[in-house]
Amino acid sequence: MTEITSSLPPLIERPGPLGWMRRNLFSTWGNSLLSLASAAFLIWVLKGLLAWVFSAAEWGVILVNMRLIMVGQFPVALVWRIWAAMYFLAFLIGNTAGLRMQKTRRKGVIVGLLLSPVVFALFSFSLPARLAIAGLSLIALAGWWLGSRWPKAFRRPVLTGWIIYFPIFMLLVRGTAGEGSPMEIVTSNLWGGLLLTFMLTVVGIVFSFPLGVFLALGRRSQLPIVRWFSVGYIELVRGVPLITILFMAQLMLPLFLPQGVTIDRVIRAMVGITLFSAAYLAENVRGGLQAIPKGQFEAAHALGLSGFQSMFYIILPQALRLVIPILVGQFIALFKDTSLVAIVGLFDLLGIAKTVLAQPDFLGLQREVYAFISLIYWVLSYAMSYISQRLEVALGVGER
Amino acid sequence: MSDNNSQSAATPFWRDERYLQILGQVVFVLLVGLFFYSIARNMITGLARQGMALGFNFLKSMSGFDIGEMLIEYSRSSTYGRALLVGLVNTLMVSVLGIIFSTILGIILGVARLSTNYLVNKIAAFYLEVMRNLALLVFLIFWYLGVFLKLPRVKDAILWPGNILLTNRGVGIPWGVPTETFGTYRLILLGGLVLASAVAVILHYRGRRTGRPPLTTLWFFVTLVGAAAIGWIVLPSAPLALDLPYVKGLNLAGGRILSPEFMALFSGLTLYTAAFIGEVVRAGIQSVSKGQVEASRALGLSGFQTLRLVVFPQALRVIIPPLTSQYLNLTKNSSLAVAIGYPDFFYVSSTVINQSGRAVEMISLIMLVYLATSLLTSVFMNWYNQKIRLVER
Repeated sequence: MTEITSSLPPLIERPGPLGWMRRNLFSTWGNSLLSLASAAFLIWVLKGLLAWVFSAAEWGVILVNMRLIMVGQFPVALVWRIWAAMYFLAFLIGNTAGLRMQKTRRKGVIVGLLLSPVVFALFSFSLPARLAIAGLSLIALAGWWLGSRWPKAFRRPVLTGWIIYFPIFMLLVRGTAGEGSPMEIVTSNLWGGLLLTFMLTVVGIVFSFPLGVFLALGRRSQLPIVRWFSVGYIELVRGVPLITILFMAQLMLPLFLPQGVTIDRVIRAMVGITLFSAAYLAENVRGGLQAIPKGQFEAAHALGLSGFQSMFYIILPQALRLVIPILVGQFIALFKDTSLVAIVGLFDLLGIAKTVLAQPDFLGLQREVYAFISLIYWVLSYAMSYISQRLEVALGVGER
Repeated sequence: MSDNNSQSAATPFWRDERYLQILGQVVFVLLVGLFFYSIARNMITGLARQGMALGFNFLKSMSGFDIGEMLIEYSRSSTYGRALLVGLVNTLMVSVLGIIFSTILGIILGVARLSTNYLVNKIAAFYLEVMRNLALLVFLIFWYLGVFLKLPRVKDAILWPGNILLTNRGVGIPWGVPTETFGTYRLILLGGLVLASAVAVILHYRGRRTGRPPLTTLWFFVTLVGAAAIGWIVLPSAPLALDLPYVKGLNLAGGRILSPEFMALFSGLTLYTAAFIGEVVRAGIQSVSKGQVEASRALGLSGFQTLRLVVFPQALRVIIPPLTSQYLNLTKNSSLAVAIGYPDFFYVSSTVINQSGRAVEMISLIMLVYLATSLLTSVFMNWYNQKIRLVER
């Protein structure tokens, strides 16, 4: 028997740029042709796009109308309330990032992300607006700095902060007091732009989530009538387009209510979005419930937990944890779907574009306005899906 | 035994699970019933106050509005029912065309995403990432107002290879006009179809007998195309005459003119859905483990055979269910036509609501139609899925 005492390290080929190109772009004749064709296509697209973005497009329309696009007709004197809500959110984001990722080696990436709002301060807005935007980054950074020094025991209060964020946000936007006070009520017909889109999304998520969980439980219930009802609801809603539900909410909801009771158009849209999204969430949650082995139920029963207890303490937490990525995907879809309220005449991010384009100074600038609005939707959706992927890794979904 | 009896006797009925279940359902039914009763009563009293009664008789009355494009006969003196039918046909046309083209583009994207060619791979990845995070409605409106309506005017029309004219009044494409021999040709095509089906059936049974999987689909299409080609040559004059689009005054004429609304909706839906289908196809192909390919090569199957007999059937099984939901999404998303003014079923319905004020009936009808379409699509796809599923012993 011969023993290999010393082994050479495996040969590692280190191709230079030319070698890399040969392997990845020009390995065969067909591949070479394909590479050349796609390079030509890429250059053609990029050239057209860059030429349009940097010379042909007139971005002035966006800068002038930035406030309209962001908050619609919200009273100028009260916009500070929205800033306050944003500051709170920025702090929460920075703080949570600091607390949750204390051991991360990529601190630079996080700091960079938190500083990204500063980019907007470079545009030619008014000085107060620029300072306010820069303040967002500062507060987020302060939150991050604090979070990265706090002990882990602080995670719970920060989580509470997220939970109370929703009512605080609603309170700040809507207001509580009568005319003249700083907390004057701003009626929903004055909400618009990104603010309205944001409101619709947040309300949709907050209310459709519990409804979806109940529908999922109903669909798995042993009581046949409850089960049929849930199945009927879920399949009915999933079979029709959202715009139908929104139309129904706008046109039929007022009919369903007793005489004298009216609800405004924004609330109607919120009801429609919630009812629609709940059916989709229910199916996702049901997927999670089905993935939980029967042994978990049996073990919970053996421990003496009642059906209710075993569902809410044992099964549901595990099931929901399994479907977090899918749920986030659903929330992103909900965010994008809120744009449909523009069809029923609300002035959300998409609907406000019509107002902007109706200004005599900016006729015919559809490309600029809609490209910018698309970009906002795109950046926010992408950010949400990126965060959910990080969350997935952090929570170890699919590992246990 | 007696022990059991005494225990059940000891359990009072309000703690007996069987009674509780029945009680729970009764309460549930009562609550739901009460809810629906109250909204129905509110609705009926509300409608009565407006002097309206529920009913579908209005569908027979005259519509009085025009529809931009139609595949079946319609005028403003037609009934509401007819108008809705025109819309339904338009919806089906956009959906079917969208499904076909987005599947083709989606397969190309999915395969490109797996390409070893760096550039092709990255372009596909970028496209998928960009499209999947767009809000469809915003994209459609941008596509319509920012691209199709910003095309040059008719007199400066862009001419694309293949005689395609691009203008802000629509896109003109070459089209075949039936000549007098077209009727005969249609019969020949029908005969070709019968012949091709017969060939497919024969091949199928011979494949079963010999154990060699035949190229059924390939021969089916070869027969069909062969019959079509022979018919074309044999007939005294060509059954279809080529009609090219051209500029006539301030408008396009000849060929077939596709309106900007149709083009924006169709191409927008296709581009958007293709990204999702591309992702589905990629996941499907990746789900077939490498060992399967290696094993089939070791058994002596050629590259093409491996793809056809090993990789594809297994990938298809993973692909079909999510593909079905993408098709359903596309059909439902076609209702966004209302935002860009393409007269699909939803757009026509909303016009009917505005004209007749029959919101309750029309919304029920819309829901029914979309539900039926969704149901039909999923029945078909489930049948197909059943057909290709793994046969386990």
